[in-house]
Amino acid sequence: MNAAYVAAAAPLLGSILLLAGHRRLREPLAGWIVVALGFVSFGASVYLWVAEVGRAAGHKTVDLGIFRWLPVNHLQVSFGLQVDPLSVFFCLFVTGVSSLIFLYSIGYMHGDPSFPRFFFYLSLFLFSMVTLVLADNFLFMFLGWEGVGFCSYGLIGFWFERNRAAVAAKKAFVTNRVGDFGFMIALYLMYEHFGSFNFSRVLGPLMHGATLGAGFATALGLMLLLGACGKSAQFPLYMWLPDAMEGPTPISALIHAATMVTAGVYLLARSAPILHFSGTTQWVVACVGIATAFVASTIACTETDIKRILAYSTLAEIGFMFLAEGSGDFTSALFLTVTHAFFKALLFLSAGAVIHALADEQDIWHMGGLRKYLPLTFGAFFIGYLALSAVPPLSGWWSHEAVLEAAYHKNVGLWIVGVLVDGLTAYYMSREVMLVFFGGARWKENRPSPAQEAAGAAEGHGHGEPHDAPWTMSVPLVVLAIGAVVGGIIDLPFGGLDFLTKFLAPVFPTSVVPAFPLANATKLWIGVAGTCVNLIGLILGILAWREGVPRPVLEPSFFRHGWYIDEGVADAVAGPLALAADAVAYDVDRGLVDRFVNDVAGVTAGTGRQLRRIQTGYVRTYALGIGAGALAILIYAVARLGG
Amino acid sequence: MRVPAEWYLVVALMLFVIGATGLLIRRNILVMFMCVELMLNAVNLTFVTFSRTLNDISGQAAVFFVLVVAAAEVVVGLGIIVAIFRRRAEATADDVHILKG
Repeated sequence: MNAAYVAAAAPLLGSILLLAGHRRLREPLAGWIVVALGFVSFGASVYLWVAEVGRAAGHKTVDLGIFRWLPVNHLQVSFGLQVDPLSVFFCLFVTGVSSLIFLYSIGYMHGDPSFPRFFFYLSLFLFSMVTLVLADNFLFMFLGWEGVGFCSYGLIGFWFERNRAAVAAKKAFVTNRVGDFGFMIALYLMYEHFGSFNFSRVLGPLMHGATLGAGFATALGLMLLLGACGKSAQFPLYMWLPDAMEGPTPISALIHAATMVTAGVYLLARSAPILHFSGTTQWVVACVGIATAFVASTIACTETDIKRILAYSTLAEIGFMFLAEGSGDFTSALFLTVTHAFFKALLFLSAGAVIHALADEQDIWHMGGLRKYLPLTFGAFFIGYLALSAVPPLSGWWSHEAVLEAAYHKNVGLWIVGVLVDGLTAYYMSREVMLVFFGGARWKENRPSPAQEAAGAAEGHGHGEPHDAPWTMSVPLVVLAIGAVVGGIIDLPFGGLDFLTKFLAPVFPTSVVPAFPLANATKLWIGVAGTCVNLIGLILGILAWREGVPRPVLEPSFFRHGWYIDEGVADAVAGPLALAADAVAYDVDRGLVDRFVNDVAGVTAGTGRQLRRIQTGYVRTYALGIGAGALAILIYAVARLGG
Repeated sequence: MRVPAEWYLVVALMLFVIGATGLLIRRNILVMFMCVELMLNAVNLTFVTFSRTLNDISGQAAVFFVLVVAAAEVVVGLGIIVAIFRRRAEATADDVHILKG
């Protein structure tokens, strides 16, 4: 019995239990079951990791078949798990972060009438995500891919009685379908060319000397990129992610920051041998990443929703991961993935604690001065803020510098924009921290009246002053904060401490991911320059927003409207589409289809009106008819036989 | 003496023509009904005749089928006729024309 089975089966068991017993399993038991099974899955992943480290070089990949899924002629698709450094790495941080967020959710979702449904989705999500990263072929992976998409839909629209949440869920689902379309085309191309979906048959030969035509590699790579863009919310399929913040905050932290949105990063990392044969695709990946990062960062500078700011920064961070992958440095992309999982989950969860404390207030202009009331939450958010702003020596700084080095090697232009994005990130995160935790307590102005508050306190909510969250919510905060501070040690770029690089080396052999040596002087120079820009952004942000005074000059409406991209897409799609729909409805449907149906009915009715005349109702007429008919048949028979 | 088969056939033909003519020209439902029976039995007679002539028993078997069908038809037909007479004291076939299209 391999631990990989346990890692995948534990969350599946959790979702089945909750589905079967959703009438009996109530709060908080339903949540504890899922949390326990999540930690079982994490434990199995740790075991996998230890086993993987212990395996001899050259035997790092273990393929575990479960059963044959689609035996069609020479196409054999199996349900199978592949354990290799890449999948173990993803499995480890996915199950780890998920378990912590599950624990947090017990506190956050306290009192929600649909508590078991929430945990059912969480468990199913974890199962799908583990399947996605452990699958040994692209088709099985696609199954997990769709599974996480479905759970994301269900969780964004968890409070579906709110119209905005229901709409956001639909938007996410539909946008993801566009990406899935690309993934499916990639699957067809793969079958056409390799006759298989198995990693060992598709990617294995490419890692050991086989080559791929540049044209085909570009087509395949771009379709995979389209799939990755949908799931990872990259330009142009990014619009769904900020809206996805309508879901409960743990979901924003888990699915829409730490894990699911990194599925695209995983897909591209897994497909590294394919990307290797297409320089065009690498460039497109890098440009998509940097463009998303830049656009998202500018929008985040003007956003006023505490969670949507974080959502835009997620876009930017994933853009950085794509940038690194396009620049041919997959290890630093994955390094950023794991550090980002820590500090972004931390930021979201502490933002959730703020929202929780202020009774569902999300506008940062209605907050302020909260550091005195929520000391623990403030500490956690502040650590996440420093890590995201890439302040040395926190985890974000190490990973950002690694990505920027790769970008510099690829192209100086990419590096300049990357540094600028980092500076913007530091700036808008300072703005958020200043407006939420410092300055005057603006939230007091629109608090409910004392009478309402008393009523709320009786139910156990809104006890006068905002306060820190229960232990189930604070323990994950502390663990994630530690991760956000020291996460950098997993891949330090000196003294042979680059554990992650060494661990992942078997998946990214130099045959498909060439090393790029940068002179130490260059590294130092770009590191110092990047860090300076970060700190400048940080200080500017603090200075501009310290007092909590609105400054419209710094919030141009062009950015506030998200570059008008969302509206533009809506108009572009809705305008011509509405016209086309009208044309179909009034010209084609009414003029052609309806008319045809009506004409058929008219002809039938007219024929009937004529034919009814021979129905006299007199028996003798019918008898005559029968007689005449019999006679006619007789005459015919005689003529045929007799003649 | 042995009666030639043609005579039977002639009788059957006469019976059939009488039945058919009666069906077409009479108005009384009961009489029309009896005419139908007459036609059926004319056919039965030809069946039996040919059965004897050709020395083949299946003609006589067919007669039994016709008799069974005729009996069933009488049950249904008389039922309808009784129902009609219940509704109106005197009725001709032409009075019952509600199936007119």
